[in-house]
Amino acid sequence: MRAVARKIAFYLVTTWAAITVNFAIPRLMPGNAVDGFLGRVGGRLSGRALQALTVTLGTGTHKSLVSQYLSYLNAIAHFRFGTSLTYFPEDVSTVIRQSLPWTLVLVGVSTIIAFLLGTLLGVLAGWRHGRKLDEFLTPFGAFISSMPYFWFGLIVVTVFAIDLGWFPSYGGYAATQTIAFNTAFLSTAFTHAVLPATTIIVTAMGAWLVGMRNMMVNTIGEDYITIARAKGLSEGSVMWRYAARNALLPNVAGFALSLGFVVAGAILTEVVFSYPGIGEVLYQAIANRDYPLMQAVFLIITLAVLAANLIADIAYVWLDPRARQAGRA
Amino acid sequence: MKVKIGIGGLVVLLLIAIIGPHVAPYNPSASSTSVLKGPSGAHLFGTTLLGQDVLSQFLVGAGPTLLVGFEAAAVATLLSILIGIPSGYFGGPVGEGMTLISNVFLVLPTLPLLIVVVGYLPGSSYAVLGIVIGLTSWAFGARVIRAQTLSLKSRDWVEAARATGDSWPRILFHDLLPGLMPVISASFLFSVAFSILTETGLEFLGLGNLSQWTWGTMLYWTLNDAAYQIGAWWWYVPPGLAIALIGLFLALVNFGIDERGNARLQRSWGERGLTRRLARRRRRLVGPLEPGSGAPR
Repeated sequence: MRAVARKIAFYLVTTWAAITVNFAIPRLMPGNAVDGFLGRVGGRLSGRALQALTVTLGTGTHKSLVSQYLSYLNAIAHFRFGTSLTYFPEDVSTVIRQSLPWTLVLVGVSTIIAFLLGTLLGVLAGWRHGRKLDEFLTPFGAFISSMPYFWFGLIVVTVFAIDLGWFPSYGGYAATQTIAFNTAFLSTAFTHAVLPATTIIVTAMGAWLVGMRNMMVNTIGEDYITIARAKGLSEGSVMWRYAARNALLPNVAGFALSLGFVVAGAILTEVVFSYPGIGEVLYQAIANRDYPLMQAVFLIITLAVLAANLIADIAYVWLDPRARQAGRA
Repeated sequence: MKVKIGIGGLVVLLLIAIIGPHVAPYNPSASSTSVLKGPSGAHLFGTTLLGQDVLSQFLVGAGPTLLVGFEAAAVATLLSILIGIPSGYFGGPVGEGMTLISNVFLVLPTLPLLIVVVGYLPGSSYAVLGIVIGLTSWAFGARVIRAQTLSLKSRDWVEAARATGDSWPRILFHDLLPGLMPVISASFLFSVAFSILTETGLEFLGLGNLSQWTWGTMLYWTLNDAAYQIGAWWWYVPPGLAIALIGLFLALVNFGIDERGNARLQRSWGERGLTRRLARRRRRLVGPLEPGSGAPR
């Protein structure tokens, strides 16, 4: 339990750091960008929206930094991020509330599939390391994990949507549908998610494949593997119950580390597919230099990644008795 | 073998980056009337929506793309050394504090952070991108260097240096640093690949300087002009493929270094054959021992 408490404390500190970084960035940057933004939106905003903007970006105010920081924290706590320019006159928080579920489902499901698939292939490659399967799978894994996600997405669109016409090339659901919890909507949402999910799964899989393969190779050299073999256990039993089981732990720890990278790739994948998630919102925000929206998306993505990391860390503590004893971060 | 392929591939890419601008057949920005043509004798990599030569863009863009990778990796590696070694060497509040800082940076997702930062610096040159990427991506290296420092700091020669009264900067950067070089170079290679991917991602979103040709800005234009929706694969395949190959070559070099340094990797194969043969013979003679016995406790 102490180990879990330490983890939670660490993530609280990190959350605070992320929120503070988010506060600091617009105030540290050369002023003209933010002033230009105010110049473009100032006339269109009511007094309250303008005030919300001041709280987020810290312009046109003569208050001390401390009092700015306090009112900023207060706004964050109430999810008041100001008004979006891109989706004017929507609130930033409304835009995020509408797009976040798309991303959570798409990225969440495909990340888990990628992790399982990569780990599985890594077990096989590591078990036969130096053999044909490994000589092929491991460089292949290194190659696919070095592909830019969005670039692989471009190829997937050209092949499976444009040339073969199997799946739609963009969007989150058919334009004829309205968002509702019925089979018609869910089935178009599914066919629209196939290609982006494939992109994320294939590209994200590589890193875990290589990581698991390397851990397997290290584990195979351990004495208990030799003993298991000498006992005459079947190869499959030694591979799964002795080697893979022990090699899995560092890979779970690695899951947390590569998560930020996967999420970054998923954001770019959404842009390729014009998927109605938070990555596409971020892209629109960048294109329009919509700073309040950009800041809020950054914060939401960061908090989501931190939450997922916390879950992975707790899973690690649960899986590894040693982590429970030592309780080290 | 792996190392040879890796190094060979990297050398070829470096040569492309160096001589690319001089052998580019066209001005990469010059438009022409042959629009969206596939690969042909006149345009080996085809043309863009504006009739620009894709091969020329690729050749001219190679240098800046690789440069950002190395620039960012240099910044990141320097920071990871400056933070990683002391955080492993010093106990108490100094070490713990530095470890905490690098752990925080480790879990903060880099790309969203960079997007926000670079979003305030519209039209940043690739040189600026490199520095900003380096400043945000040092934490992984710092973690690896810290771990290695922890295992080195109680070795004899470090103890001896401490006993003879060496100052701490001398111990850190004179006595410990050489032993850390393998870890540092591996993390540098990893960092190059990561930085190029990150740079490309930022430029793909339109956050770079669009008047400079890099593989990232090439990909931005393919998105902007919807090359993938009209099936113009020759336009977007070369830059992305080259980026993925850089990652592959760097990984091959790293694998090779790993295998050479890890005696267990070389030995285990022969041993496995032997134990397997013994086990098979045993099964044949007396049947499996303790069938279905569980995993090691």
